[in-house]
Amino acid sequence: MSISIKDVDHVAKLARLELNDEEKDQFTKQLNAILQYAEKLNELDTENIQPTTHVLELTNVMREDVTRESLPLKKVFHNAPEEENGQIKVPAVLE
Amino acid sequence: MSLFHNRLKDIHNQLVNKQLKVSELVNESFDRIQKVDSKVKAFLTLDEENARTSAAKLDELLEHRSERGLLFGLPAGIKDNIVTEGLRTTCASQFLSNFDPIYDATVMKKLKAAQSVTIGKINMDEFAMGGSNENSSFHPTHNPWNTEYVPGGSSGGSAAAVAADEVYFALGSDTGGSIRQPAAYCGVVGLKPTYGLVSRFGLVAFASSLDQIGPITKNVEDNAYVLQTIAGYDVMDSTSANVDIPDYLSALTGDIKGLKIGVPKEYLGEGIDPKVKESIIKALNVLEGLGAEWEEVSLPHTEYAVATYYLLASSEASSNLARFDGVRYGERTENPDNLLDVYLKSRSEGFGQEVKRRIMLGTYSLSSGYYDAYYLKAQKVRTLIKQDFDKVFEKFDVVIGPTAPTTAFKLGSQIDDPLTMYLNDICTIPVSLAGVPAISVPCGFADGLPVGLQIIGKAFDESTVLRVAHAYEQSTEFHQKRPQL
Repeated sequence: MSISIKDVDHVAKLARLELNDEEKDQFTKQLNAILQYAEKLNELDTENIQPTTHVLELTNVMREDVTRESLPLKKVFHNAPEEENGQIKVPAVLE
Repeated sequence: MSLFHNRLKDIHNQLVNKQLKVSELVNESFDRIQKVDSKVKAFLTLDEENARTSAAKLDELLEHRSERGLLFGLPAGIKDNIVTEGLRTTCASQFLSNFDPIYDATVMKKLKAAQSVTIGKINMDEFAMGGSNENSSFHPTHNPWNTEYVPGGSSGGSAAAVAADEVYFALGSDTGGSIRQPAAYCGVVGLKPTYGLVSRFGLVAFASSLDQIGPITKNVEDNAYVLQTIAGYDVMDSTSANVDIPDYLSALTGDIKGLKIGVPKEYLGEGIDPKVKESIIKALNVLEGLGAEWEEVSLPHTEYAVATYYLLASSEASSNLARFDGVRYGERTENPDNLLDVYLKSRSEGFGQEVKRRIMLGTYSLSSGYYDAYYLKAQKVRTLIKQDFDKVFEKFDVVIGPTAPTTAFKLGSQIDDPLTMYLNDICTIPVSLAGVPAISVPCGFADGLPVGLQIIGKAFDESTVLRVAHAYEQSTEFHQKRPQL
């Protein structure tokens, strides 16, 4: 199976990445090489093999259900690129 | 002789006996960084003011009180994907170049409780993706043994800082070999614990089913000290294992008589440098001399591990890195047209090429129509790889082979060939997929560069792994050699 620039464009859109023409060319070639290499997995019959969902037998980790203080707003906004009136500011979704 | 040539235990005793002050240790660390880090470039951020303040406080404690943590006063370097409250944490990515965490990772809380002193944050491949440190957004780190060579990755900065005597120990993270491979390339000791043994809370996620934090040190005993401090159940990590933590130091008996070692033929076959192979065979002879028995075994699905790993790790990475959207923290593009533009441009400007490549591969593997062929198939092959280890561990105590197929390569020599770069991890990746522990210890030199011996154990049997590594180390002198800088 080989992938085209059109596929790369589609995947970039899904991944929320904006690629320039040079990157599209490069990724098409490199992803093709990697996926071609990954084809070797098809040499194995895995019809009756269960997929690994977790390497160890683990149980859910539960914390006590207790109320506690939320983060102070100052901390919440400490790393935010833009803040206004106690909210993180982003461009409008609707024009 | 430099203080850095002492074991952590000896330093601890000198502190307790008041022959040494913490501030002297911390001064020596910063002096050394001043002297050699322009050549090695291991650090991204130094925390000098806080480190010196902490040292002064610990010296005060030393005068007045007797309680001392296991890592009391010892200067540590922290890989820059472990969050540190108030100390910039970038993951070596432009995306997080201005990110100051508002909390500490669990391992940082534990190091602080053990009274270690954080010297600074250490370089890595961006978001832990890479095997050479050349994918850092800021600068590559250089191998202290020969600065024209890579230190390995992604914890290359951590391994180089320890090898160059800039810190007493460092924390790294290992997803497909990112502690063990750089430890091998830099001639130090690096342990990837069993998945779930050390909390991942506060480790910036790359591939959540594989990531694990572990210690990088100059010798095995020091490694056991650090592991003792950071291991343990954590309710803040939903994948944390609720198991008893043994006394790892008491495991270092030096006795390995009757120990059964499996040596996978796949780890010493095609693609392994003959000089690396020679060092491994010599190491097996040393272990045999100590009373262990070894025989060849097979891990038949080894050749499928690299493809399996890159599909799974990239899929998990594409999901984990979706949180970097330029909204709440990190890079945000200037003058976006709309919200979609914030996502697209911030991510495209903030991420480097390797990160984008893996996000693309992972998104493709998980996308409609390809999920079964790639992601699900890889999860099934992962089961086969794990079963290989389960079978071998029915008869053998440990599995031994090289950590990497070659010694370190030259900076720039593989950067345009991702597939070749990925194949450098052939000996470490299967272990990560199986979730079992493994350590890399120095076992020789080839053309002046260190060779690493990998000792792999059963899940949660770090004690045996450390015992074998320690017994080997006590019979050899490779770990005592120091690079000339």
